[in-house]
Amino acid sequence: MLRYVARRLLLTLPVFVGILFISFLLTHLSGDPTDLILTPDTPDHVREEFRRRHGLDQPFLVQFYQFCIRALQGDFGNSLRFNQPALELVFERLGATAELALAAMFLAIAVGIPAGVVAAYRRNTPIDLGVRAVSLFGLAVPSFYLGVVLIFVFAVWLRWFPSGGRGTWMHLVLPAVVLAVDQLALIARTTRSCMLDVLNQDYVRTARSKGLGEGWVVWGHALRNAFIPVLTVIGLQFGILLGGVVVTETVFSWPGVGRLAVQAIYARDFPVVQATVFLFAVIFVIVNLIVDLLYAVLDPRIGYK
Amino acid sequence: MADAAPGLSPSDRMPPRRSQSSLVLRRLLVKPGAIFSLLILAVFVACALFPELIAPQDPFAQSLGRRLRPPAFMERGLEGYWLGTDQLGRDVLSRIIHGARITLWVALLAVAVSGILGIFAGLAAGFFGGRTDAVVLRLIDMQLAFPVVLLVIAIVAVVGPSVTNLIILMGLSAWPRFARIVRGAVLSVRTLEFVDAARSVGASQLRIVAAHILPNIMSAIIVYASFELARMILLEATLSFLGLGIQPPTPTWGGMINDGRSYLSISWSVSLFPGIAIAFVILAFNLLGDELRDALDPQLNHD
Repeated sequence: MLRYVARRLLLTLPVFVGILFISFLLTHLSGDPTDLILTPDTPDHVREEFRRRHGLDQPFLVQFYQFCIRALQGDFGNSLRFNQPALELVFERLGATAELALAAMFLAIAVGIPAGVVAAYRRNTPIDLGVRAVSLFGLAVPSFYLGVVLIFVFAVWLRWFPSGGRGTWMHLVLPAVVLAVDQLALIARTTRSCMLDVLNQDYVRTARSKGLGEGWVVWGHALRNAFIPVLTVIGLQFGILLGGVVVTETVFSWPGVGRLAVQAIYARDFPVVQATVFLFAVIFVIVNLIVDLLYAVLDPRIGYK
Repeated sequence: MADAAPGLSPSDRMPPRRSQSSLVLRRLLVKPGAIFSLLILAVFVACALFPELIAPQDPFAQSLGRRLRPPAFMERGLEGYWLGTDQLGRDVLSRIIHGARITLWVALLAVAVSGILGIFAGLAAGFFGGRTDAVVLRLIDMQLAFPVVLLVIAIVAVVGPSVTNLIILMGLSAWPRFARIVRGAVLSVRTLEFVDAARSVGASQLRIVAAHILPNIMSAIIVYASFELARMILLEATLSFLGLGIQPPTPTWGGMINDGRSYLSISWSVSLFPGIAIAFVILAFNLLGDELRDALDPQLNHD
């Protein structure tokens, strides 16, 4: 088990190097970094001095190496806007993003899985058609658009919820719903199709024939076995959830990492952008590792050698 | 040899060659879902090709005298401005119709970029296997292991949101999924008899791939391209919404939603209608992909 975890962690190394390389490239794609920080009328010798001080006169690969070393120590430099360590800024906002993402994930799982199970169990009934239609639409409606519509209906028109910001649970409802819809649709679809496969299996018939109640058969035996592909989808979706955070936080002015990233991108505050990208990558890799380990708990046939 | 086997009606005979596309089309045109999506896409493509002919107004004509009007069927609506006007008095319907062009154009080219890259990588990985396969798989995993949207946003912000940059970046962001589908399809046909047959009569590697493998995985590619078009339209709209997509004054659906966002309390229609257009086009491509997959599957029972 421990060896498996170690191997999995080792395999994520190239992913990290790749992500670090792209975020390192960001500052270089934008042209001369000195133009970004210094005013246009800076004399040349000051520019040279600036380059030397920040290692910008070094060969490209050396600069990348130094960037990696510093990144691994959590040092992305100071934010150009706030003059505060970039990673510190990102960590300050992490709580808000975690709150939003967890609320959305909870909502998606708590609604999506039962919806998928019921749709599969009552196949081709109006309930099933309803779940399928709603999930098709859920995947088709862009989340930023759903956000705008919900703001109009529930904030501007009905005045039930605030249109943005963070504070009470009321503030959390609309953004969490928007962030959850994509996941919910996908989880419901996957659960439905996996349950359909499982419900015809022999062991389900066995469970029924030994007199178990329908509820126990469906939710205990069938769902447990249909759950592994669903878990994979949830894990893979986490990356999309992190991407969705960027959009949702922008729409609802939610003070989290995603909004910080967008604002940093507009302001060309590259240390903050790099810190965000790096942190998202770390979170994503950890979540996927947890999902992989959960397989073993759910399916004893999966061994780790 | 073309005679019917005993007990088979004439329609059960082997279909003549070259009928596959018409067969698929016939299977599609009896499905309500497919007809619905094809109708939506026909309107969409017509708008993209001939916006000047379809749009009732000039999409750029501003007038402060008629700004933020509701749709024509409502009180205060203006005749000829069916879906109302935006904050600069421009006709919303005409802007949606003109926006179809850039939406379709960017999505098509982005899918072409990712498709070409993905098909090459997937073919190489699936056909040659071994080390090539390992390298391609690693690259795919690496890129899929990250919320690419964030990177696309960051890079677009740096290199500037020109149409070319957008197409290249969106294409680059999507190639791994394509490559994975193609690789899987190649693996499933690589060991079939006709490939061995081609090899045994001395066909070159290139010929085997181009003339024997590629045509046989084409249906998988077409199905996937349909889903991918939906994805690219969503990505382009998201970027435009964030102000990082196609820049004004070119009308884009995502950009229009963002414009209307500031005026929600005065006028709901500016944001509402472009979003409906996006949702329907995405829905149509997704539905079409589902139906195409069924229609192209020879193992399914088509009544």
